[in-house]
Amino acid sequence: MLLDRSGGFRADPWRHLADDETPASGEIVTISFKRWQAEPERWSDRSGPLGLRLPNDVPPASFGPAATRFALIVLNFPRFIDGRAYTQARLLHGRFGFKGELRAGGNVLRDQLLFMVRCGFDSFEVDAERARAEDWPRAFREFDQFYQPAADHRETILRQRLRGWQTAAE
Amino acid sequence: MYHYDDFDRKFLEERVAQYRDQVRRRLAGQLSEDEFRSLRLMNGLYLQLHAYMLRISIPYGTLSSAQLRGLAHVARRWDKGYGHFTTRQNIQYHWIRLEDTPDILAHLATVQLHGIQTSGNSFRNITTDPFAGAAADEIEDPRPYGEIVRQWSALHPEFSFLPRKFKIVLNAAADDRAAVKIHDLGLNLRRNAKGELGFEVLVGGGLGRTPILAQTVRDFIPRREVLAYITACLRVYNQYGRRDNLFKSRIKILVQSLGIEKYRQEVEAEFAAMGAERDELDLPDAVVAAMQAQFAAQAYPDARGDEAELSRALAAEPDFARWVKYNVKPHKATGHAIVVVSLKQPGRITGDCSASQMELLAELADKLSFGEIRITHDQNMVLPHVRKVALYDLWLRLGAAELATPNISLASDIICCPGMDYCSLATARSIPISQALATNLAKREEEIGPLQIKISGCINACGHHHVGHIGILGLEKNGAESYQITVGGSDNAQAALGGIVGPAVAAHEVTATVDRLIDTYLRLRHAGEQFPDTYRRVGLAPFKEALYVAR
Repeated sequence: MLLDRSGGFRADPWRHLADDETPASGEIVTISFKRWQAEPERWSDRSGPLGLRLPNDVPPASFGPAATRFALIVLNFPRFIDGRAYTQARLLHGRFGFKGELRAGGNVLRDQLLFMVRCGFDSFEVDAERARAEDWPRAFREFDQFYQPAADHRETILRQRLRGWQTAAE
Repeated sequence: MYHYDDFDRKFLEERVAQYRDQVRRRLAGQLSEDEFRSLRLMNGLYLQLHAYMLRISIPYGTLSSAQLRGLAHVARRWDKGYGHFTTRQNIQYHWIRLEDTPDILAHLATVQLHGIQTSGNSFRNITTDPFAGAAADEIEDPRPYGEIVRQWSALHPEFSFLPRKFKIVLNAAADDRAAVKIHDLGLNLRRNAKGELGFEVLVGGGLGRTPILAQTVRDFIPRREVLAYITACLRVYNQYGRRDNLFKSRIKILVQSLGIEKYRQEVEAEFAAMGAERDELDLPDAVVAAMQAQFAAQAYPDARGDEAELSRALAAEPDFARWVKYNVKPHKATGHAIVVVSLKQPGRITGDCSASQMELLAELADKLSFGEIRITHDQNMVLPHVRKVALYDLWLRLGAAELATPNISLASDIICCPGMDYCSLATARSIPISQALATNLAKREEEIGPLQIKISGCINACGHHHVGHIGILGLEKNGAESYQITVGGSDNAQAALGGIVGPAVAAHEVTATVDRLIDTYLRLRHAGEQFPDTYRRVGLAPFKEALYVAR
């Protein structure tokens, strides 16, 4: 099941192809990075939306320019303490102009959701039963002010203060 | 002093509420211990040998009297009446119950303190010179930058799950009282040829099982761009730092394996590619100025006449004179002094401080030091702005509370981790070794002069043994505690790692071994040389020989 950044749950419309599977014509699928690397032309020429599952050890600098080809990129958290995908998300989103859906897969837990949203993730592969029982959507709202600029471009506390001082000075 | 505004207050309240809910979910069985472990660590809660340990952050080592009273209250109400100040300018409580931690953190939030990121693989407490804002040798007070970096690093969305912990240090003085080169990232405030302020950026320092001193990655980054530049440094580390081996995951290993040149190239390439993000991270002068206003120096009273009165007291009371000689340091304001409060009375536990001692220091700070207290990385406390005319009465009050041991920078002023008496990582006890050494050396420490002994109870090196003039590392060998000894280390501006003098010795041999090393140093030293100077000149051989002959 998927959890969206808006807090809603939905079924996953994508089929995640194993490397030996062939998609039906017009089917909405994701492929592995390995498969994309092996035959980029074949997949580029395919009509319709294409998704990619990107391992977290692929530096965005080497892959980023190709990102806009995809409608969905699934970044992976093999264990929740492995935080490489935060930087991947930040760069795919901010630097390489990826405008599709950015999804977090793997060991996705409630207490990392807000960090992920701020780095640009749109959706999350979750165990819906657990996510509902623990009210995961509330995790998106546990803080409403932030010290750092991030992919959501919300005004930082520092900038809000600065604006306050400037207004006071006028 | 920095005072929270509504943004900071709200942020911390939200954090406490979030943590309270995490504890509730853990106690309700919704979170596994593995999942909860990382969450509690991000709030400074460790599970140790006997109980939970809670580590509270003391940003850049600065406390207000109200904050110190808050810490005393926690010690009294939820611990056994004391706390332990650490080498990272933090405080730890060693006898904590999990169920109490949300209330403890809620109480501390009322005095603007927290345990955020005092553990876990993210930014740790930012440290600096304990004399910041009072020292005569600084370019300017580094703490406004400390607060800016603290805020920027608090619950950072991209860097909360780094390969390993990350320690940032700031220094703005000519001398280095913050041990810059043993940190993951160091910022040395400096001026360029045009007189503009900026930072030298160092990376890749650290102790542990692979001690490495930090190297310069950028000679000068203008002040406005410092947050963007650090972001680039971290982004390279987050992508390329090792995650397959806990012991090879610090940034020092990445910098060592890439080489500083290649690491620098990566950082500069990232920095150059940041584009609009650089604007978002820009640090406008107005922000710095507003932050500086919070830390602005007090209006020091005219104290020119004080010297004469102090001279009379010094002449009349040799014990007072001895304390002034070792524990009182020069202040930038005329007639004022920086007072180092020793937490190292021989025989007591290094860094421990009782609730009553904390309350006394809070009271004395209010009366005599503009309400400010500092914690030093060598586990002492500081009253940073004391008028010289008040020193004598202060000495009496401190002495009555066993806080006036005149031993700052002397042999009994030992850095020591909690070791196997508390810590689940330790392989040997460090506290009894430290107590025995301090008691033995106190008799002749004035003759010895400045000497830094640093003791760690395991290879993780929380006691900074690698950079001790004499370093002692507790190990476990065939079920018995043994101690490996290094000499010649230093953590100041001439930072150096010590050399191992020989096979590890048994616990009962440590005192005699250290005596022989000190005797050798005293025999060989030239006038004015401290231990590391002599070591640099004569090398390891005479020290090895002294121990070999004794065997």
